[in-house]
Parts: sequence; structure tokens; C-alpha cells
Amino acid sequence: MTAVDVRVAALAFDGVSYRYPGAGLSLEDVSFAVEPGELVLLAGASGSGKSTLLRAACGLVPHFHGGTFAGRVQCGGLDTREHGPAKLAAVVGTLFQDPETQVIMGTVRAELAFPLENLGWSAPAVARGVEEAALALGLGGLLDRPTHELSGGELQRVALAAALAGRPRLLLLDEPTSQLDPVAGDELLGVLRRLNEEWGTAIVLAEHRLERCLPAADRVIELRAGRVVADEDPRTWLARTRATPVAKLFALAGLPGAPVTVKEARRELPQLPAAPAPHEPRRLSRRERRDAPLAVEDVWVELRDGPAVLRGATLHAFAGERIALMGRNGAGKSTLLKAIAGLIAPTRGKIRAGSVALLTQHPGDHLMHETIGADLPDSEFAERHPRDVSGGERQRSALQLVLDARADTLLLDEPTRGMDPARRDALAARLCERAGVVVVATHDAEFAAAFATRVVLLGDGRPVADATPAEVLAGGWYFATQVARVLGGAGGALTPEQGAEVLK
Amino acid sequence: MSPLHATRAAVGGGWCLALAAVPLCSQHPAVLIAVLAIEAIAALAAGLGRELRRTAAWGVPFAVVVVVINALVTRDGATVVLRGPSLPWPGQIDITLEGIAYGGVLGLRILAIFGTAVFLTAAVDPDELLRSLRRVSLRSGVTAALAMRLFGVLRRDAHRLADAQRCLPGGRASRLAIMRAVTAGALDRATDIAATLEVRGFGSGVRPPRMHRPWSRHDYAFAASALALLAIAIGVLAGAWGQFDAYPRLSAPITPATVIAIAALFVCALLPFADRRGIVR
Repeated sequence: MTAVDVRVAALAFDGVSYRYPGAGLSLEDVSFAVEPGELVLLAGASGSGKSTLLRAACGLVPHFHGGTFAGRVQCGGLDTREHGPAKLAAVVGTLFQDPETQVIMGTVRAELAFPLENLGWSAPAVARGVEEAALALGLGGLLDRPTHELSGGELQRVALAAALAGRPRLLLLDEPTSQLDPVAGDELLGVLRRLNEEWGTAIVLAEHRLERCLPAADRVIELRAGRVVADEDPRTWLARTRATPVAKLFALAGLPGAPVTVKEARRELPQLPAAPAPHEPRRLSRRERRDAPLAVEDVWVELRDGPAVLRGATLHAFAGERIALMGRNGAGKSTLLKAIAGLIAPTRGKIRAGSVALLTQHPGDHLMHETIGADLPDSEFAERHPRDVSGGERQRSALQLVLDARADTLLLDEPTRGMDPARRDALAARLCERAGVVVVATHDAEFAAAFATRVVLLGDGRPVADATPAEVLAGGWYFATQVARVLGGAGGALTPEQGAEVLK
Repeated sequence: MSPLHATRAAVGGGWCLALAAVPLCSQHPAVLIAVLAIEAIAALAAGLGRELRRTAAWGVPFAVVVVVINALVTRDGATVVLRGPSLPWPGQIDITLEGIAYGGVLGLRILAIFGTAVFLTAAVDPDELLRSLRRVSLRSGVTAALAMRLFGVLRRDAHRLADAQRCLPGGRASRLAIMRAVTAGALDRATDIAATLEVRGFGSGVRPPRMHRPWSRHDYAFAASALALLAIAIGVLAGAWGQFDAYPRLSAPITPATVIAIAALFVCALLPFADRRGIVR
């Protein structure tokens, strides 16, 4: 543990153990301290205790959740045993995983003003704080929008702005980029970095997408089963764990070191030929189009009093094809999946699909019975109520339900959100074994590279690129794997294994 | 957007309550029909036609039930239109024209009041209203904030759950099952929102500051309209615009005063919607 004076530390845990009511230990003898201005990345598999640790730091554990708490947490010099979350809100801003339940007020402006009013700021200070938080997160144009009209990504930015508005000394973030496309995710991390560097805000960030966050981190704290198993600088931690694609690439290629950034990795490598430009997709014959088990033909979805989300989308897929549907937030990925599943009626065009199973963005919605066993008799959680298991366990159960469905076409909407890399790889392997058509909407280029035979990039409501993963993801800027960015798309390598082959 | 949307919440809310005061005070069918017509026109002007139709979809059946119940239970009225059986407890069941008419008046009043609720919920900024409430009573404010936010969250949950059940081949759940699941999930949702309120510092007990905002043309227009509507409602109470009596015989004379009151209602309630300058923020 880094030696930090807990009286000046932004956050200090001292021998903290905690169990939720009626559950096992979620945190066990956790001790560490975060200095002012430090950016700490919290790593660990699903269920390792990251979210509980963040909840303990903001005082929700134990004040709000109850349970058994031992040890001491000091947040901005305030002992969480003596000060509840409302008092701690003056020094700590918190952002959880689900933006839907983190936005309370009806408009963005009121949402940003709410925490400032609770801090007792004067009216002019509140107005100024709202404007500044909105500018920092690029929400200027959304200030008077009703919050119920915002997308998941926009809601996440609003929730973050509300957490930041009071200029807290410490910011606690639980997977803040999980709802965001790569561009928005990078922008958000840029904002966090600026806050950290210019305002000196200490940040504790729990994330699974480590390759994205490691370059900005000063330290990595790794949790396993509620215990701190590592607390070291990112370089040392990465060299030991090889937890990012580039670190794996260097290990497989027999290269020394474990670069943290793409720039650093590129410096170590020779100049390689650039990625080939994607080919024009082959035009299908009329017969091929007719025989395709999944046919989306010139489909428009035009919302009443709203935009046209899909604008003449056309997609044909054949048995054995595994398609990664990618694109920025709001590009129409979820709408296209819902239209294929028959949940949304296209305003123009036609869709032909056999039996379809869709996993929506809220996997818990698929488990509606009293026990998980009612849907999944063989599940290890068969006797338990869906709400009595963790979010990750619920997500896996819902995924299992959809994967088990006898359907010609399997549609998954952001199935890897909040999933740790090991489970993500297991899901990719399972999809590769599946017959029929698989279409997965995802922001996760690493996942797409692991399972897809074809990548369709949506833009302006229709496919703007449709080719093999190597063609689309190797030459991309944002929609590219980390290995592809390091190698500049050479050889169409996307994964560490493919990259190592190219380097050899 | 409409001028009503652009009006400050206190004035917008006051206008909705003033409009609701008219059907609350009046039983005259002509006045009630006028209020409903005003609401339909105002809803179109405010882009709330869909919301009004949605409310009517369950409000009209509710009003019909009120008419039927009143016709069955009332013992008043001189004009028997249907002579029913004599039952042990309620006695002779007679359906009278006056009973049906009075039920109709009750139904119209209910619909008119539901109509004003549409404007209150869809066109008046709830945050501003809650803020005002929080200044007066902090804990009531948080309860209302939680309830208002939760209502929307649960409605979207129900929609999503219903969709999710249709996502598997042959899958579909009954409305009852969805309702049960949403109700069961309400506690979880409320807990999540309450946790957010905590980390945003709500429990610190600080009252929000008074925000100074200049009065816009729409604030003035709707405030004047609300005062005029209240004056008309008071006139109704005083019996100045014509009386309605259901029993023992129907009496709903349309006097010149009634016509003037109805015309004044239309002008006072709808005029503020005509000025559409500066309605987008």
C-alpha cells in the first residue's frame, strides 16, 4: 500500500470488511489510500467487489445498504461511519452503472442544479455551476431537454455532469463507459483526465475495458473475492498480468516489455504496411437475396414527431454468418435488432426472418418469473429469484436463456456490457459454435474481432461498411481493436494471436 | 412546445388549476362541454393531442361506468325510462332520465378534470413545481420527486418487460404478469433512485435557493387567463351564469348569461395560446 497520510488523503480505507445483509463477505480487510489528484483504476472480475468498494467510499455502505461493516473509510477527511452519503456528497461525486436510475429530475438543467442546491449554493452559483458542468461534458445543447428523451449515452453524460457539478475532491465511477460508443467513451476519459490534471480531482474508476483507461491511470488496485490482491503502478501491473491486448501481443511475439499505450507500443515495432482499404461488398443475386434466411430490405423506421432512425437499411445474412453490428450511439443498431425481432414495425421496407431470439440491452427483463429455474431449470441459480442474484449473474442467466432458444436467428444487443474479459471470451467461443445467423450489436471491437465473420458498420441509419472483420476493424480509427491500432492494420491482424503471427 | 410549456411552472400550474376550478364549480352541461372543447383545442395548440387521446382512452370508459352506477343507485328523478326488478336490499330499481343525466354530468366533470391533469403533467415543468414544493416542505418534496421519477421509470420498465417477453420464439406474457413483475421490481427501482438522491446530497436537508427569473409575456398572459378563469368559476358558484338542477326534473336553461360565460371561457382560456413568440428555450 502506498504510504499516504489519511488526514490529507482523498480516500482512505483501513482494514475494511463488509457483508451485505444475509450474504457472504463482499469486502475483506481492504486497506489503501488515494492521494489528492490521483487517478486509480479498480480492476477485477465481475463480482470481485469493485462496486461494493465504491459504495463504501461514498457512504452508501453501510448507511444505505445496512449489513455488517468493520474498519474505517475516510473520504475527504470525513469518516463514513460518522457522516452519511448526503454529507459526503460535498466532497465526493458518484456515478453508478445504470444511468436510468441516476437521473432524478425532468430536465437536464434541473438535474445538474439539484446537487448544487443540496450543497446550499446561492442561486447565481448554481446557475454558473450548471453552465460549467454542461460545458465540461458537452451538454450545452441538451440543457432544456427532458431527461426521458435522452439516450443511454446521453443519460450517462448527464449523470456524470451531475456528479461533477459540485466540484468534488473525489470522483467515484463505476464503469462509466459501459453505455458509450468508442468515440464517446474516449471523450469521457479525456474529460476525466482533464478534471484530474487541471482541477486535481482524485478519481477512482472501476472498468473492464482496461486498455482504454490504463494510459490515464496513476495506479491499479486489483480486487479478487473482495480482497486487494495488487496495488501497483500500471506498468508493473500490466507486465505481470498481460491484461490488455497489446501486452498479450508483445508476450506472444516474444517482445520485451508491456506497453501501456498504443503510441508506446508502436515505438517498439518496425514500420509495417498499412491496412488494405475495405472492398465494395459483393452485390447479391436476386436468388441469393431470396434465399437468405435473414433479409432486411430497404427498411425505414421513422419515429412519430421524431427522426428517421433507420433510413433504407438493407442487410442479408446466411446460415453460419456471425455479424457484428457496430456504430456510434444512436446509429440505429438497437432499432434494427428490434425491427428484425418484430418489436418495432418498419414504416417502410420489409424484413424476412425465421424464428428470432433477441437479448435486449436490459438482460434482467428476460427473467420475469419467481425463480430463475422457471426459465432455466438447470441453472445453478434455479432456486433463486432473479433479483436475489448479482447483476452479472442475472446477465449470464438471461444470456443463457436466449442462447438456448431454438431460433434461426440470434440477436444480441450489447451482451458484453459490464462483462469481464474472461466471460467475454467464453461468450465469443460459444457464438462461434452456433449454427444459424448471429447478429450482435456491440461497441466492443475486441469482442467483435473474437466472434464475427462479418462486420456491419451503421451510420446515418443504414450500413455504411459491410465486410470481413479484418477489412473493417483493421483500418478503423475508433472502430478498431487495440492490436489493429498498434499494427496500423498490417496483415488485417485484429487479435493478439493474429498480430503475433504478423510480427513473426 | 407551446406558450404553456414556456410559462413558469407556478403560473402554468395555476392556470391548470383555474381551468379545473370551472368543472369543479359548475354542473351545467353546456359549460362542461365548453371546457372539454377548450381542452381539445388547447391540447392541439400545445401539441398534446396524443396525450389527451391517451387519457380519454381510459377516462371515457371510467365516465361511462360513473353514468351507469349513478343511474342504478339513484332514487331521485321523476321520469322513469326503465322499470327494473324489486330486489331485497336495494328495493325497486328504476332507471330515471334525471339519474342518467346527472351521471352524465358527473362523467363530464371527471373528463374535464382529467383533461386539465393532462396539461399539468405534460406542459408544466415538474422540476420547477417540485422545487417550489421543496422550499415549502423538504420531505414532501423528496417524496413527490421520487414518486414522479419512479412513475416514469416503472412505465418504461413495463414497456421493456413486455418487449423482452416477446423476444423469444413463441414468448409473450399477459398484462397481469407484466404488472406483477413491475410491481415486484418497484421496490428495487425505488431503492436505486433513493441511493442516487443520497449521493446527490438530498438528505443534507438544505432548502433550494430562490431563483429569480424575469416574467415573460407568456407568464403574464397565462396569469391573467388563470385569474379570468377563476372569476368565471366564482361566477358559476354565485349562480350568475345559469343554474343546473337534475332532480326531480332536469333543468339546464341556456340563458344569455350562460352564453356570455361560455364565450368568455373560450376567449380567456385560449387567447394565451395564440402568441407563439419566444416559446422555445
